[in-house]
Amino acid sequence: MTAFGKLIRTTAFRLTLVYLFLFALFAASLLGYFAWNTRRLITEQITSTVNAETGEISDIYGRRGLRGLVFTIENRALRPGANLYLVTTPTGQAVAGNVGSLAPGVMASSGWQETEYRRLDDQDNTDHRALVKVTELTSGFRLLIGRDLEERRRLFGIVAQAAQWSVLIVVVLGLGGGVFVARRVLRRIDAMTGTTQRIMAGDLSGRLPVGRSGDELDRLAGNLNAMLERIEALMIGLKEVSDNIAHDLKTPLTRLRNRAEEALAKSSNEAEYRSALERTIEESDGLIRTFNALLMIARAESGQARDNMDDFDAADVANGIHELYEPLAEDDGMTLHVKTAPAPLHGNRELISQALANLVENAIKYGRPTATAQLLGVDAVIGDQGKKEILIEARRDGDKVLLSVTDHGPGIPEADRGHAVERFVRLEASRTLPGSGLGLSLASAVATLHGGDLTLGDANPGLRATLALPARAATSDRVAAQTLDVPQKVA
Amino acid sequence: MTAQLTATDPNMRLLIIEDDRESADYLVKAFREVGYVADLASDGEEGLALADSGDYDVLVIDRMLPKRDGLSLIGMLRDKGNRTPALILSALGQVDDRIKGLRAGGDDYLPKPYAFAELLARVEVLSRRHGGPAEETTYRVGDLELDRLSHRVARGKDELTLQPREFRLLEYLMKHAGQVVTRTMLLENVWDYHFDPQTNVIDVHISRLRSKIDKGFERPLLHTIRGAGYMIRDGIR
Repeated sequence: MTAFGKLIRTTAFRLTLVYLFLFALFAASLLGYFAWNTRRLITEQITSTVNAETGEISDIYGRRGLRGLVFTIENRALRPGANLYLVTTPTGQAVAGNVGSLAPGVMASSGWQETEYRRLDDQDNTDHRALVKVTELTSGFRLLIGRDLEERRRLFGIVAQAAQWSVLIVVVLGLGGGVFVARRVLRRIDAMTGTTQRIMAGDLSGRLPVGRSGDELDRLAGNLNAMLERIEALMIGLKEVSDNIAHDLKTPLTRLRNRAEEALAKSSNEAEYRSALERTIEESDGLIRTFNALLMIARAESGQARDNMDDFDAADVANGIHELYEPLAEDDGMTLHVKTAPAPLHGNRELISQALANLVENAIKYGRPTATAQLLGVDAVIGDQGKKEILIEARRDGDKVLLSVTDHGPGIPEADRGHAVERFVRLEASRTLPGSGLGLSLASAVATLHGGDLTLGDANPGLRATLALPARAATSDRVAAQTLDVPQKVA
Repeated sequence: MTAQLTATDPNMRLLIIEDDRESADYLVKAFREVGYVADLASDGEEGLALADSGDYDVLVIDRMLPKRDGLSLIGMLRDKGNRTPALILSALGQVDDRIKGLRAGGDDYLPKPYAFAELLARVEVLSRRHGGPAEETTYRVGDLELDRLSHRVARGKDELTLQPREFRLLEYLMKHAGQVVTRTMLLENVWDYHFDPQTNVIDVHISRLRSKIDKGFERPLLHTIRGAGYMIRDGIR
């Protein structure tokens, strides 16, 4: 495409053309209206002058007879810039006036008319136009008084010319402006296109140029840059994830393969084969779980799980999870408590339950005071001195619903907390315990999906993991309150 | 491991609609070894024709099939008034996919990859539901008795005190007495959770329940089926 072709295809240029047409039309109609009005004004002026003079002269005729009339007419006809006068006898012969010739039949009919005429004293042989009024005087004489229309024509000509010029100027300036604007926009769009092409070619670090004017293109560029930043972050995340997947899935896969190989090479009886196969199945179940967790996180992060959202109370979720895990905690020598207050939520109940379950599982797994001592290699036995208690809490705090799990284990050092939420991260202290390292990542992804976040805080000692989610809007609260009223009335 | 599993519903007829040759052959073979009649269809149209004409107790349907996908197949069957229980197998294991599958008229949903024991347990429960007896108000296994209306549980002459959730757990187990019930089935049906806990939560609940109903009695009723799940039954079959 040629540069010119590109230019005239721009939106700016096309818009300019449309505006140009509209403005030209506007200028032309404005001037047209002006011309028409001027013409009307002049005509009106002529009409009133002629009417007045006709009255005056009829008066003179009435008072002083034909002689007076002729005298007056001759007198007036000689003045410079005089009107047109003609008096004819009943037989049609001119007796006085300054009109040399007229279009035929003008004198025969009374009233206003436009006609061609020639003055008596005219040197050239061209016809002029005039607006005349013919009046019949008593005794058959006819009087014509009129005014040349040259003035009106000239004025009209001036306006017409002005109209031509102004349309021309509008077109020239408009086209120039259009080209200027279009080129300016085109230059900036070209710069953006160039950058996006570089980005598409694989250089994700490129950013669009943003001007200082803050106009719509700058805002667009700013937004696109923000989008690019998000894409870049996602790409980096993806790369990290695939590296981690490669590591954390390949390790158990290698183990699996090695065991199968070993069993094939060394097992001599059925029992050995059987136990090797059982371990293989166990290992692959673990792999499937890791894989499912990864998929779940990916879905939560991409926002696909937004479909299955409904209204529920986070307190029910907390109670449900407490009920599910309470025996497990007790078996592990801990006590699981729950403390709830109404906390209305709109979201994916299943995902939020799972996120909370993950936090509780973590607390049961890592929140054991004695386990800390062993893991950290501390000889001193904290033993029964540490509180083996885990608290699940659900409550509403302003426009947030807080779902938290507090344990009194070793906690997570402040520096590691941000890191702990990332996928597959298993802090050094926990390397020896089983788990996929995806629990916190999933909880965090679920929080993000609901427009909230997961924070890890200090419980002195211990860890407090809190899911802060936006509470359901007040309108649905009222509905809930109304439905609650019903059983009360029944009772 | 499948060798340990036995048929609980000897005359069950199954139709497996699965396009992947290897997994289809594996399923047919495994079900036949357990002692069931298993037919195979390898695409959606063939599956629809067979399911519609044959008298099957359970359909096992892969979600993604050539010619006609699993969900539309079930929809067609249901439109024709065919209520044969259908279990959907799918590589899409997420919550909303499961809901879609159940909305389309499926009766159960199992994400791939699955353990055969899990599939078998679910198929047996589905089949029982299809032709089984109407919901009773009292369940009995041996001398264990559960009254669903008064929420009373008794073993022999001893009245047992159960927590509400323990009651529901026992109720579900007794409803499917003599059938294997897997951990996921319990989590789904008793707790209504569809995620996979990383720890052995269900086992702990079962062992609590077991200590209430079996402890101090000569004949245990609640059995652990290795590699599959649990079963409540009186004596060894």
